[in-house]
Amino acid sequence: MSKATEIISPEHGAADAHDDHHEHHIPKGLMRWVLTTNHKDIGTLYLWFAFIMFLVGGAMAMVIRAELFQPGLQIVEPNFFNQMTTVHGLIMVFGAVMPAFTGLANWLIPMMIGAPDMALPRMNNWSFWILPFAFTILLASLFVEGGGPAFGWTFYAPLSTTYSGDSTALFVFSVHIMGISSIMGAINVIVTIFNMRAPGMTWMKMPLFVWTWLITAFLLIAVMPVLAGAVTMVLTDKFFGTSFFDAAGGGDPVMFQHIFWFFGHPEVYIMILPAFGIISQIIPTFSRKRLFGYASMVYATTSIALLSFIVWAHHMFTTGMPVAAEMFFMFATMLISVPTGVKVFNWVATMWRGSMTFEVPMLFALAFIVLFTIGGLSGLMLAITPVDFQYHDTYFVVAHFHYVLVTGAVFSIMAAVYYWIPKWTGRMFDITLAKWHFWCSLISVNVLFFPMHFVGLAGMPRRIPDYALQFADFNKWISLGGFAFGLSQLIFLAVMIKACRKQGEPVSDQVWDGAEGLEWEIPSPAPYHTFETPPVVK
Amino acid sequence: MQQEYQKYYVPAQSYWPIVGAIALFLIAVGAGNFVIESTRGESGWGDNVLGVGIFMLLVMLFGWFKDQINESMSGLYSDQLGRSYRQGMSWFIFSEVMFFAAFFGALFYARMIAVPWLGGSSNNAMTNEVLWPGFQAMWPLVETPGGVNTTPMSWAGLPTINTIILLISSVTLHFAHVGLEQDKRKQLTAMLGATILLGCVFLFLQVEEYIHAYQELGLTLQSGVYGNTFFLLTGFHGMHVTLGTLILMVLFLRVIKGHFTPDNHFAFQAGSWYWHFVDVVWVMLFVFVYVL
Repeated sequence: MSKATEIISPEHGAADAHDDHHEHHIPKGLMRWVLTTNHKDIGTLYLWFAFIMFLVGGAMAMVIRAELFQPGLQIVEPNFFNQMTTVHGLIMVFGAVMPAFTGLANWLIPMMIGAPDMALPRMNNWSFWILPFAFTILLASLFVEGGGPAFGWTFYAPLSTTYSGDSTALFVFSVHIMGISSIMGAINVIVTIFNMRAPGMTWMKMPLFVWTWLITAFLLIAVMPVLAGAVTMVLTDKFFGTSFFDAAGGGDPVMFQHIFWFFGHPEVYIMILPAFGIISQIIPTFSRKRLFGYASMVYATTSIALLSFIVWAHHMFTTGMPVAAEMFFMFATMLISVPTGVKVFNWVATMWRGSMTFEVPMLFALAFIVLFTIGGLSGLMLAITPVDFQYHDTYFVVAHFHYVLVTGAVFSIMAAVYYWIPKWTGRMFDITLAKWHFWCSLISVNVLFFPMHFVGLAGMPRRIPDYALQFADFNKWISLGGFAFGLSQLIFLAVMIKACRKQGEPVSDQVWDGAEGLEWEIPSPAPYHTFETPPVVK
Repeated sequence: MQQEYQKYYVPAQSYWPIVGAIALFLIAVGAGNFVIESTRGESGWGDNVLGVGIFMLLVMLFGWFKDQINESMSGLYSDQLGRSYRQGMSWFIFSEVMFFAAFFGALFYARMIAVPWLGGSSNNAMTNEVLWPGFQAMWPLVETPGGVNTTPMSWAGLPTINTIILLISSVTLHFAHVGLEQDKRKQLTAMLGATILLGCVFLFLQVEEYIHAYQELGLTLQSGVYGNTFFLLTGFHGMHVTLGTLILMVLFLRVIKGHFTPDNHFAFQAGSWYWHFVDVVWVMLFVFVYVL
């Protein structure tokens, strides 16, 4: 499709009589970032915030792996261990992966569709600045008397109601304002895509990153309010004497799981659909071929999103459901592998007989395809109800979702940053260091997560600070892999700091040899305001 | 696309979003601490922080909307921007629909699944026999498995009156909108005023109903899952009616000041959509919470 996006009249903010409400000079200092309405500034804020949260959540993972390095209680108290697993999950999901994708959406969507900015720029600022405050509350709750949230990121009742500490109230309200932020961010994305496309940018010409984010935004608006409802019921059950999740009052703890996973499963796709979009941008560039099966990618994304609403109870096979329901959720879940398979097939077919080169973004994209597929296949195993009875709540599940979230979502974010950062800064990043980052991450992440499959199949339960002796060797390796993966991210930090300080060779407007699309037609670095008059896409 | 491109208005820097973010921070911290302190029976600073946060949020909304209105009145907006606002409002209402869906989901699950299972239906005979012997599944759940008794709220009387009031208010608001579009300002003012009045009466009667529930029926927030779903659904709906009435009041003041023209009245349209949405939620409530 991108061959078709030739600009007739590229417009780089030329002088215009109606321009007096735009700032042509870039504001300076701290207040530039606090008050900004510019999609590029806000994108940068989201990305740095996500990276800081990634390091904070990563530090918690290091605590978890240090405790599990040897059997027996070694370093931390079990209650603190539980807080670490809980807050690690919450921070990585809501603080790292989601804001990173929103940051990419902010930077890229207006440039990809030829819009002057996001549709609602002031609300865009509000969406971002809620997040640092929300996570301050969540992190501060760790220091409240009785400790922070320790019930797992899924906050199942009655762990979060009957057996939780007082800090649950802070957890609930911080999730509320995170949700407000996500919903406003999603509304902004969806309205931008519906209403701000340049003339000629028809639906089926949109870059796939824009398509996948459109569908992600829809999922966000549909399910974040359900999460708000779930935490509200937890709050009233714990503090106001309701019994939604208490059988004595006619409620049911299983109902919590239904409500939570009705949010939670679409949430999983919220964290992977933009990744599909990113990979679908990168693979064609470095294969120097058009994306194979553009239309089928769009339909596959849509089907995955729709199916995501009817598979939630596959997280609950061992909780207790009528057999008919277990069967329904099993088959519905297995159906998802069809559109996902279409995507993987299309990526491979795009590379088939392409003139491939292996720049850093491509390395991450290729690692994504292989490792995400491993995570997808273990997901297919987990979808099979009778088999899941064995795997449920073991390290096999931990291995599965870390393959899709770390080597899936996080690798795609890194691929995206390496792919587009030359456009943002106008300079090439430190390629040698970036390759070190890639190879160290690739090796260590597999040392970290692959053995988890084995200990999981052998029955090691998740979320427990101790384990049986026979798992000791594997856990030693898992922990070593974990520390190495954590350290590898410091290389990433170094590359990013160097890139943001604009060290490196200047790049051309197109940056990458095979890159196509509107964002590669504007100058590098991208001017503060782009497409103030929309280009015409042919 | 239009022949000549109307420039899309991208606002310059603004203080309101960060004020709003700090306000939400104070509300979350304040509410969290207030809840903790009140369950512990301590007095603390939670309520004060919450109050300051709500005040800041109101100041933010006032200032932000003031800026919007000034920009709109000075002709900075384009048709395209108007479409952005309309689409944004529609998606916001969709998110509200999903919020209520969570509580309706809880209602249906409790009624169709949780309570019957506790009573031994499906293959749960032993749950009933061993865990909750003697418990009879019923809806409304007037006696919980734990033994709390209550009386259900009848749909006759206040709820029916309230349904009629809200349905009429939707009609009056529609005629206010028609008045605005046909530039009949008198009809607009009268009908909008009537809608606000009906909203206030609804809220008053809702408070009466709550008093009736607490004092005469023994139906409280603590009386099992029937009371829980009843109060959370009607309570959140009541909060939305309150917000909707406030929005309509602001619109009323703006109408009196002469704002809005037959073809440029996004704020009015958004407020009216919101009100109709709140009405639809009530009809669902009336059917599923009260009647059935």
